[in-house]
Amino acid sequence: MALEFYSTRLQEAVNWARKYSLFQYPFVTACCGMEFMAVWGPKYDIGRFGAEFPRFSPRQADLLIVVGTITERQGPVLRRVWEQMCEPKWVIAFGVCASTGGFYQNYSAMPGCDQVIPVDIYIPGCPPRPEQVLDGLLMLQDKIKKGEGWVQQREKREHEAQLRAKGKLPVVS
Amino acid sequence: MSVQALERLKAQFGDAIRATHAQHGDETAIVDPAQIVEICRFLHDEPGLGFDMLVDVTCVDTLGLDKREQGRFEVVYHLLSTQSGRRLRIKAPIDEGENGENPEIDSVMPIWKGANWFEREAWDMFGVRFRGHPDLRRILLYEEFIGHPLRKDYPKDRRQPLVRRDFS
Repeated sequence: MALEFYSTRLQEAVNWARKYSLFQYPFVTACCGMEFMAVWGPKYDIGRFGAEFPRFSPRQADLLIVVGTITERQGPVLRRVWEQMCEPKWVIAFGVCASTGGFYQNYSAMPGCDQVIPVDIYIPGCPPRPEQVLDGLLMLQDKIKKGEGWVQQREKREHEAQLRAKGKLPVVS
Repeated sequence: MSVQALERLKAQFGDAIRATHAQHGDETAIVDPAQIVEICRFLHDEPGLGFDMLVDVTCVDTLGLDKREQGRFEVVYHLLSTQSGRRLRIKAPIDEGENGENPEIDSVMPIWKGANWFEREAWDMFGVRFRGHPDLRRILLYEEFIGHPLRKDYPKDRRQPLVRRDFS
């Protein structure tokens, strides 16, 4: 009992640290980038929430912000960028194009970047207001704290499967 | 004003110039696609005309239009003379082959090298083959793409994804 208590509390402490030190990789493809700069700049200042530092290499980042329209031709690129990021990692779809394809319904635009990568937070808007983005970031921090990010949940599932294989957890049908 | 250019075209090529119109300073000649290279060569080289700049080559799919002239596709050339500042538009109506083969027209690359990418774009989007083009590949879409999306019969909701999520 003591060990489990310790490990869950430790995970919470780790998640608390993670949520305040997000290193973001902005995958900026379109006009939403302007609004992203506003969020990042001094007036709205995403740095207040610990997500200040954009890393321009996905290998150093743990938060992928997909900003703008993703075309079918960009799909493999986005997928590779996501795959290069170290785990745990999170994804924000910034703006309605990254979330659902927006007003594009044609041969070239991808209907939402969740077609190729798992997305944790969708921020609608064309483009979203900086306040919306900060709100989305806070929601993501909440998710990280609770361990509800996509990668975190997958890790949890895999961990539980290992425990079940060792007979340390009851098998649920 | 390029009305004079239209007159000289008609005098030089006769029946190959199927129609002309000039409205609000907007001069257009609809020409025989078989002679497109000769006509463009004349417009480019002839003293007093000197259309030395090819502004655009594009295409129109007239499928489903009531006022269709001959040919499903219209290849449109926009010309500019940098000497006189005059502009001229040339339209060449072409049709598909009987078994739905891609429509064909001669490339104007021997006259204007800038036609290279314009013609590749027209091939990419409309499937017009330009005879004599040295490198007629898709320019905007990916090689795996099937069909030509700006044709009127391309379904607007058809997606041709390169990758999709293979995990949940």
